[in-house]
Amino acid sequence: MSDFPFLSVLTVAPLVGAVVVALLPRSRPTLAKQVALGWSLLVLALSVVMWVTFQVGGDRFQFRESYPWIPNWGVNFTFAADGIALVMLMLIAVLVPLVILASWHDAESSKRSVPVYFALLLVLECTMIGVFAAADVFLFYVFFEVMLVPMYFLIGSYGGHQRQYAAVKFFLYSLVGGLFMLAAVIGLWVVGGKTFDWVALSQVDITTGAERWLFLGFFVAFAIKAPFFPFHTWLPDAGGAAPAGAAALLVGVLDKVGTFGILRYCLPLFPDAAQWFAPWALGLAVIGIIYAALLAVGQNDLKRLVSYTSIAHFGFIGVGIFAFTTQAGTGAVLYMVNHGLATGLLFLVVGMLIARRGSALVSDFGGAGKLVPVLAGVLFFAGLASLALPGTAPFVSEFLVLIGTFTVNKPVAVIATLGIILAAAYVLWMVQRTTQGTLNPALTEIDAMKRDLNLREKVVVAPLIALILVLGFYPKPVTDVINPAIQATMEDVGRTDPAPSVDTVQEAIR
Amino acid sequence: MTELELPPIDYAAIAPILIMLVAAVVGVLVEAFVPRRLRHPVQLPLAVLAVLAALTMVVVNADKRVITIGVIAVDGPTLFLQGSILALSAVALLLLGERVVERGGAFVAQAAVTADSPEDRQQAENAGGAGEVYPLTTFAIAGMLIFVSANDLLTMFIALEVFSLPLYLLCALARRRRLLSQEAAMKYFLLGAYASAFFLFGLALIYGFTAGLGDRQAGVDFATVNAAVANSTASPVLLFAGMALVAIGLLFKAAAAPFHVWTPDVYQGAPTPLTGFMAACTKVAAFGALLRVFHVAFEGARWDFTPVLGAVAVLTMLVGALFAVTQTDIKRLLAYSSIANAGYLLVGVLAPGSEGLSGTMFYLVAYGFTVLAAFAVVTLVRDADGEATHLSRWAGLGRRSPVYASVFTFVLLAFAGIPMTSGFTSKFAVFGPALDGGQVWLVIAGVLTSMVLAFPYLRVVVLMWLSEPGDSTPTVAVPGALTSAALVIGVLATLVLGVAPAPLLDLASSAADFVR
Repeated sequence: MSDFPFLSVLTVAPLVGAVVVALLPRSRPTLAKQVALGWSLLVLALSVVMWVTFQVGGDRFQFRESYPWIPNWGVNFTFAADGIALVMLMLIAVLVPLVILASWHDAESSKRSVPVYFALLLVLECTMIGVFAAADVFLFYVFFEVMLVPMYFLIGSYGGHQRQYAAVKFFLYSLVGGLFMLAAVIGLWVVGGKTFDWVALSQVDITTGAERWLFLGFFVAFAIKAPFFPFHTWLPDAGGAAPAGAAALLVGVLDKVGTFGILRYCLPLFPDAAQWFAPWALGLAVIGIIYAALLAVGQNDLKRLVSYTSIAHFGFIGVGIFAFTTQAGTGAVLYMVNHGLATGLLFLVVGMLIARRGSALVSDFGGAGKLVPVLAGVLFFAGLASLALPGTAPFVSEFLVLIGTFTVNKPVAVIATLGIILAAAYVLWMVQRTTQGTLNPALTEIDAMKRDLNLREKVVVAPLIALILVLGFYPKPVTDVINPAIQATMEDVGRTDPAPSVDTVQEAIR
Repeated sequence: MTELELPPIDYAAIAPILIMLVAAVVGVLVEAFVPRRLRHPVQLPLAVLAVLAALTMVVVNADKRVITIGVIAVDGPTLFLQGSILALSAVALLLLGERVVERGGAFVAQAAVTADSPEDRQQAENAGGAGEVYPLTTFAIAGMLIFVSANDLLTMFIALEVFSLPLYLLCALARRRRLLSQEAAMKYFLLGAYASAFFLFGLALIYGFTAGLGDRQAGVDFATVNAAVANSTASPVLLFAGMALVAIGLLFKAAAAPFHVWTPDVYQGAPTPLTGFMAACTKVAAFGALLRVFHVAFEGARWDFTPVLGAVAVLTMLVGALFAVTQTDIKRLLAYSSIANAGYLLVGVLAPGSEGLSGTMFYLVAYGFTVLAAFAVVTLVRDADGEATHLSRWAGLGRRSPVYASVFTFVLLAFAGIPMTSGFTSKFAVFGPALDGGQVWLVIAGVLTSMVLAFPYLRVVVLMWLSEPGDSTPTVAVPGALTSAALVIGVLATLVLGVAPAPLLDLASSAADFVR
């Protein structure tokens, strides 16, 4: 079974599904939704089979496939997945069906074609899977850029207030980053001897100056995508304007391409430059944690608030990556998964609230828990997961990042810990102002606000809640997959974990 | 008295040129003797068949590498570029021959009627189009074929005039907006005449420079110039001045800054199908000549001209990108985009070696098809007064006619260089060799201007899809078979060259070797 071309099939399948859905007549929206949902469930089933087939402790890259594409430039369709890519692919496969189910009625509020909305979601899934599965730098770049197009139309055509502005800002920011990366990709191709194969490129010796410039080219693209402070300003706009389902995919998966890219490309291909730039990257990450958390506290728009919390979380991931320890690195990748689940859930729940109220402003709610207790409960749970309460999955990853960082860089770890306190502030205050306290009389006049979660919505949130709890108590299946990949990455960078000694322990206690 | 000896002529090698010239002459005769109502049905197939016959001869000649009569070099680049010009011309002819979208076609019958007079308005509404469009176009194509194969500067100059003069005339023949059209033709003619004069002056200086070659006779064929650059004892000032003036003449046709000022006006005023023809084919011809002149004749002076042409390239990219941002007319926007693309092509010209050459040739073909598709869509978006080219009129087009808006969006994404379109692969084809040749700054300038240029393209996409259609949103005309065919070919080429560029890249790199 391990010979089965999982990755290419997984990449192409959603695209075929998208074509099928797009060709369905506009007059039959329900059929389009069902086909899209079925198709994404097929992809999920295939991903599960792939997960089971993956040999933990086997080769670093598995499921490798390679077909020639543009031989003149040494470009191949090369797919391969390491543990990091595998968990991200799994995250995509889990999130997309839930997002499709959660967006069941989202497209109807706009005047646009419903089948096209679901076709775009499937196209987005194709490009997301492709970007994580690619093991050819050119192929990665192609997916990295093409990914913008379906997202652009999802935000621009189906989004809410200020969608045009948000869509254009999203596209331009990402395109600018992408073009920096294009220059670096061409440069890498030239110094690497006209090949795009990741394995071959990771063996190439590059002069210090060139290495730093190439690192920078890639890093800027990924820092915009992730986004890190100060490249983050597009995310609150895009996240605020996108329909809730698309926003969940945007911050849950799309932005992980940035951190994934740093782990897969910046660190192993340019190890010396990565170490040289690490203090700067850590600085940006820490600023991001604090700054975005402070801004999140002050937000009055629910979706923008969630977007800002994501920027703070990406700061944690950045810290974990650039601490260069196995623990922190594993924590960072685990964080990418858990954040996808927790923030995905938060976005979807917030989307359900907004759909009922018809407004995204915190001040338009108040005491909503009295009308929709189950929904409020789920929102509370998602918030707790987002602030990394022990027992929920994000706690494990945040803790790993912090202890992994503490062993090598105490100041950063200490400052980052402040982010946890701020997280408690923005989550709890948001929950309090929306669902607790005295009932806002305006809410009782809206019929929709009196309907609690229906069966479809329960089906959407239940798997996410279950996953967050399971991974919170027993993350081993995921960490086992991530750990070898992170160890290999850290070896590429040439860093080994500091040996635990009595001194460090004593120092730590002091 | 010595017997005059005719040089041996390889007729097969020059067959594509001969076919086009004969077809043009026949076209003139048709215009003179065939009854009016039959002219269009005769002329269009004649021109298309001639182009296809010439294309066939290019394919038959595929392995030929000769210099015939001393002035025509038939080699890899010539054949590739001639093939490109003919293929693009065939598509452009379909646009030029369209008579369904606008009654009588995009060209006016009598250009001499005073603009905006009652007669003029009447002929805009009713009269059939001019038939001489076809022989003029055919002459222009023939001139371009000679231009890219010319092996000496004098032949190149004659070819320049042969393909320029018909274009000046054709520019003035727009059915609608006659004043703009005449103004465009006038500007194009005057500035073009200056450029030709520069070219001629440069040619004379180069001739003078080659006189310093001692035992060898002076001349302007590329082998002599090449030898003179390496060995001449004459002052290099002659060489530099001559090279600069020749370059100005060629850069004018290529629409490179600061010789680009005619481009937006002419692109806007000329009948749209002709604009497409100029944007695609004239570009191929101009860059074909630039490649040959700088890779063959002035090869030895590479270190001298690279910084200057590099500066021109950067300026061209900047001007094209920055001015495109402020445009409010779709044709002017595409004109500035074409200027910026000239800058990217110059990056390819400056990339040393055969990879730069093949990359540039690939870019020319890819860009040509995309730009033809773009102008094909522009001919379709119209209201009662003809084409609606003001950008504000395109608001909400995506709702009115999703198919054409999708096509145009795809074309714009290709211009912006999004992967899976030919715009991306062609950018890679020129930037890769340029970086390989150490032209780091040119590539960085190219990348930065691409970022700027993405904005105007995106603005059009936003207008079409994300704005609500207003009362003034024009309808999209149902295209005739000819425009549909052109559109389909252009879009398919853009897609195929983006997804599977390998065959054309192979062809370009196997053709990337000049005979000297």
